[in-house]
Amino acid sequence: MKEKTLTELALLLQQRELSSVELTQYYLDRIQRLDTTLNSFISVTGEEALKQAAVADQKIAVGEAGPLTGVPIAHKDIFCTQGVRTSCGSKMLDNFIAPYNATVVEKMSEAGVVMLGKTNMDEFAMGSSNENSFYGAVSNPWNREYVPGGSSGGSAAAVAARLTPAATGTDTGGSIRQPAALCGVTGLKPTYGRVSRWGMIAFASSLDQGGPLTQSAEDAALMLSAMAGFDPKDSTSMEREVPDYSATLNNPLQGVRIGLPREYFSEGLDGGVENVVQEAIAEYRKMGAEVVDIDLPNTRLAVPTYYVVAPAECSSNLSRFDGVRYGHRCDDPRDLEDLYKRSRGEGFGDEVKRRIMIGAYTLSAGYYDAYYLKAQRLRRLISEDFQRAFERVDVIMGPVTPTTAFRKGEKSDDPVNMYLSDIYTIAVSLAGLPGMSIPAGFSDGMPVGLQLIGNHFDESRLLNLAHQYQQVSDWHRQAPEDMA
Amino acid sequence: MSLEKREIEKIAHLARLAIDESAIPGYAEDLTGILDLVDQMSAVDTEGVEPLAHPHDAVQRLREDVVTEENQRERLQSNAPQTDSGLFLVPKVIE
Repeated sequence: MKEKTLTELALLLQQRELSSVELTQYYLDRIQRLDTTLNSFISVTGEEALKQAAVADQKIAVGEAGPLTGVPIAHKDIFCTQGVRTSCGSKMLDNFIAPYNATVVEKMSEAGVVMLGKTNMDEFAMGSSNENSFYGAVSNPWNREYVPGGSSGGSAAAVAARLTPAATGTDTGGSIRQPAALCGVTGLKPTYGRVSRWGMIAFASSLDQGGPLTQSAEDAALMLSAMAGFDPKDSTSMEREVPDYSATLNNPLQGVRIGLPREYFSEGLDGGVENVVQEAIAEYRKMGAEVVDIDLPNTRLAVPTYYVVAPAECSSNLSRFDGVRYGHRCDDPRDLEDLYKRSRGEGFGDEVKRRIMIGAYTLSAGYYDAYYLKAQRLRRLISEDFQRAFERVDVIMGPVTPTTAFRKGEKSDDPVNMYLSDIYTIAVSLAGLPGMSIPAGFSDGMPVGLQLIGNHFDESRLLNLAHQYQQVSDWHRQAPEDMA
Repeated sequence: MSLEKREIEKIAHLARLAIDESAIPGYAEDLTGILDLVDQMSAVDTEGVEPLAHPHDAVQRLREDVVTEENQRERLQSNAPQTDSGLFLVPKVIE
């Protein structure tokens, strides 16, 4: 059963060959048996899941089921879930029981989806290895000595190990695509504003975007259809129709123009990763796509620009954690300032503190123009690179990461080296574009992802191209053998 | 550039973060490394380029100034470390 995709499981439920309670119990058993070595979940909500499954079974029985009714999924622990601890991977929120549901959680729940639990993540979504979690590191299911990527590392590892058919994630600079690539699953970061940020704990508000991690593109289409849509509660949510993402999956690729950025195939890219990516692109040529070289000349500025914009916004957003209204509070504060400082000093981990301090520094008096304003100007140049490219091509392809998964501890003492592992995903986030990672093969036994980048609100095309590749390849069907 | 100890102390104060004395050299080294990375920005001339604050260059949506939420103080205060009669309690600010 574990090899079945979300789409296939949904069909079995609708045909009543399987009940949601049976299916939910099956995945709860797998989590209990196998997650001890992965640590991909922070909270497992078994009792509530079985209740939701029973409700779903009733809906199916009376013919009121939708396409996702009764399928179990997991939510990244950044999404507020009413009555369930929502920790964001931080000691700061270890005691926080969300008083309401995030819009994404609410929408999935309305669609009849069952929640298995909350997945592990880098603290406040800041990290590329999932080593920054208060609840401990997550292991890569393909090799426990390696990281799963981050920040949605728990979601990616859980889907890769088939502990859940699908999971939600969030992506600020690559946090869906990079772990999807490193764990060999399908991950989609939608266009900025496509999925509501309401109830999704904020890191960098001009970049944050939620999206699905699944086995296949077909599953991602189903998930995104349920997650996406205008939300008046999110002031940056875009008022746009949600297309039927499943309807266009089988569009032919004849004549589709694919651009390969020269900057994404230059120094720093591991040879094994490059070979896998080039082979995948050769498959697209066989399917009738036209492949051309393009330039994104400001690529090398994306990481420096991001490490001004994101920490500045993080520093502002995380000022709300003050030990007064919710979250961790220090013992015996001497005065209000001591309460703020020690509550925050004790509640946040090292990487979060580093980013808050970088943000506080770049936004402090006298530095704003040189840092934040300068970064916003560069952000426009980076965005314009993509717009020029999309005048010539329909979609951009390249690697997701410069290497496959790295060993735990390999980069954890060197923040800048860790940041550079997001070089191919960060520019896409700065430009607010949709990006996707799909399994494209292996290098030295570890998964490699192919990145697909589309123009704003062109998720349908990304899903179409990803699905067509998954019709002629079976990389997305492969799972670690010892996760039986 | 290289950040000094007192600069780290100042930044930590601005961010209201208590930092152990022993951790300051580590933060100084890490933050200096990050600012060196960020300084690559200065190599590019951005004269005349408009800042991009929102990926779609959109402005914030406005709504009618009407009450849309019900009072749910008790539920929302259930996570508070210390409350009394609907108020959040903090150490005494004024003697």
